[in-house]
Amino acid sequence: MSETGRIARRFAALKAEGRAGLVTFITAGDPDHETCRAVLEGLPEAGADLIELGMPFTDPMADGPAIQAAGLRALKAGAKTKRVLELVADFRAKDQDTPVILMGYYNPIYSYGVERFLADAKAAGVDGLIVVDLPPEEDEELCIPALKAGVNFVRLATPTSDDARLPAVLKNTSGFVYYVSVAGITGAASASDAAVAEAVARLKRHTDLPVAVGFGIKSPEQAAAVARVADAAVVGSAIVSRVAANLGEDGVPKPRLVPDVLGFVRQLAAGVRGART
Amino acid sequence: MTIPNTFRAGPDEHGHFGIYGGRFVAETLMPLILEVEKAYNAAKADPDFQAEMTERLKQYVGRPNPLYFAERLTERLGGAKVYFKREELNHTGAHKINNCIGQILLARRMGKTRIIAETGAGQHGVATATVCALFDMPCVIYMGEVDIARQQPNVFRMKLLGAEVVSVTSGARTLKDAMNEALRDWVTNVADTYYLIGTVAGPHPYPTMVRDFQSVIGDEVRWQMQELEGRLPDSLVACVGGGSNAMGLFHPFLDDQGVKIVGVEAAGRGLDKGPDDHAASIAGGRPGVLHGNRTYLLQDEDGQILEGHSISAGLDYPGIGPEHAWLNDIGRVEYASATDQEALDAFQLCARTEGIIPALESAHALAEVVKRAPTLPKDHLMVMCLSGRGDKDIFTVANELGVKL
Repeated sequence: MSETGRIARRFAALKAEGRAGLVTFITAGDPDHETCRAVLEGLPEAGADLIELGMPFTDPMADGPAIQAAGLRALKAGAKTKRVLELVADFRAKDQDTPVILMGYYNPIYSYGVERFLADAKAAGVDGLIVVDLPPEEDEELCIPALKAGVNFVRLATPTSDDARLPAVLKNTSGFVYYVSVAGITGAASASDAAVAEAVARLKRHTDLPVAVGFGIKSPEQAAAVARVADAAVVGSAIVSRVAANLGEDGVPKPRLVPDVLGFVRQLAAGVRGART
Repeated sequence: MTIPNTFRAGPDEHGHFGIYGGRFVAETLMPLILEVEKAYNAAKADPDFQAEMTERLKQYVGRPNPLYFAERLTERLGGAKVYFKREELNHTGAHKINNCIGQILLARRMGKTRIIAETGAGQHGVATATVCALFDMPCVIYMGEVDIARQQPNVFRMKLLGAEVVSVTSGARTLKDAMNEALRDWVTNVADTYYLIGTVAGPHPYPTMVRDFQSVIGDEVRWQMQELEGRLPDSLVACVGGGSNAMGLFHPFLDDQGVKIVGVEAAGRGLDKGPDDHAASIAGGRPGVLHGNRTYLLQDEDGQILEGHSISAGLDYPGIGPEHAWLNDIGRVEYASATDQEALDAFQLCARTEGIIPALESAHALAEVVKRAPTLPKDHLMVMCLSGRGDKDIFTVANELGVKL
C-alpha cells in the first residue's frame, strides 16, 4: 500500500534531512484543557516532529504511574473524547503539517461510536490511531474501519512479537510501526542500545514502514541513542512527568509549566537532531 | 435474535459469545494468550490432566460437596423445596479453589514458575495462595487498598500461605484496579509468569477455561439431584459478580429448557440511586470493552469506567463475564438483583434457620430465593449455589448492624 498523508510526508521529509524524528507524547487535557492546548501548540516549534496525544482512560492497563496519573488529572479536569478532538482541531487550525496520532484504549472510542469517532477524528485533523488493547485479532473493530476512513492505524510491535507473529502484527499497520522496546508498561525500564538496534533491523526485514521506538526513553542522550538506529524516538512518561513536576500541591499549574515542558522537549529534539552527526 | 440449537457450544474460535468476549489485550500479551489457549486445549483433551484434576478435587478440595436440603428455610418460605449446593464446604471456604486447582496444573504444564492473581474479597487470593503453597510456586496477589482494609482476615491468610500481597493504590483501589495492576505485572514478566484469573472474565480463553473448571459444580448437582429426587431441578439461583460460581452451576443445565436459571447481581444501595451506588452491570450498564473482553460494563456516557458499589467485596466489580452478557441478551438466563440490605437480611436468616453463615456474595443469591420460593409450588426443586462461607464477612456485617467487635 502506498502511504499518503501527513505521517508519510513527515517521515519522507525526515529521511530527506537524513535524521530521525522526535515523537512526543502528552495526555490530552492534562493538567487542564487550556494548559494542555498551550503545550500542544508549542510542541512543533520546540522540535516535536510527530505528536502523540493520549486519550485519558480510567483503566490504562499498559501504562505506568506517570501516564496513569496524567489521565486521572485530565479526567478530573473534565476531559471528554469530544474535548480531545477539539484540542486537535484547534491545533490543526494553526499547524497543517505536524502529524497528530491519538493514543489510548478502545472503550472510550467504542462508547463514542466507531463510525462517528472516525468521521469526527478525520475532520479534526487526526492522522493516526494507536489503540493499545486492539491486537490484530480484533482488526475488524477499528483498524479496518480506520483504514477505510483514511486514518492510519499504527500498531505496536513488542519484544514478544517474534518472526512468526510479526506478519500478523504488520499486516494492516500503516503510517509507521511503534516498537515497544521492553516488555512492560510505559515509563519503566529501557532496553539496551544493542537490543534496540537488533530489533529495528529485524522489523526492517519485515516492513518498509518507518520504525519509531519508545518505552523508557527519559533523557536527550537516550533519545539520541535510539535516533541513531531507528526512524524516530518516542518520549512520553518523561514529558508527562515534567507536567506533574510543575503542579502546585493543589494541582494548579505553576506559571513555568508550559516553558519548562517545552524546554525539555527542546533538549530532547537537540539530542535527536544531533544523533547522526 | 435467533435461538441456537445449543447454548453450550460457545465461544467461537475467536472467543466470542455473540458480540461479547474476544481478546482485547496489548500486543505484548497476545503471544502468551495464544499459548495459554493452545496449552488449555491440549490439557482438556489429555486424560492424565483430567485424572489429576479429579483426584486433587477429591483429596484436597473435598469434592463432591453435598447438595443439601435446606428444610427449615423451605418451611419458613412455604413454597419451593430449596437445596443448597455447599461450595462453602470446600477447602478454603468457597468455590474459587475449583478453578485454582485447574489453572495451577495448567501453569505447571506450561513450565511457568511464578503466579500472579487479582482478588477482591480475598477468596480468590486465598485460593491462589493455597495452590501456590501446595505446588511450591512464588505467588503475588494484587488487591485494592480499599479491599485490603475491609478484608483483613483474608489478607493475613494469604500471607500465612506464603503469598506476597501487593496493595493497589491506583484508580479506585478495588478489584478492577487490582486487575489492571496484575495485567501490568504480567506484561512486564511475560516470560515466566502465569496470570491466574479468578473469574469467567478477561481475554479468551479465560472465560471458557474458568467456566469449564467451575462446571464441576453443576455436574455434581445434576447427578446429586437425580439421586435425591430422581429428576432435574426446576430452577437454579446464583450470585453474579464476574460470575464464576454462577457459570459453573448454570453451564451443565443450559440446554435443559425446563430448568429456569437466575443470576443475581448486586444492587448495592439500590439500582435507582445512581451509577456508582450498585454493581449490577447488566441491569445498570451497557456493552463496552475492559480487561480483555467485551461485556456489560458500568460506565459513564464517555466510556469511562465507574467504580460500582456493593457491600460484598466479591461482587464489587463494574463488569460481568461475557458469557453471562450473551445468555442475558439471548434470554436463556434471567438476571435479577439484590440490594445490600436484602443480602444482609438473607445473611442473618440463613445463619438462624440453617446454622450456616454464608458469604455476603452468596447471601445475594439467597435474597432472590427468599423472594422467589414462596411464589412457587412445594414440588418445585430450587438449587442455590452457596458459593462461600461468611467468616470473612463478620466484621462488615457487625459494622452494618452497629455491633462493635
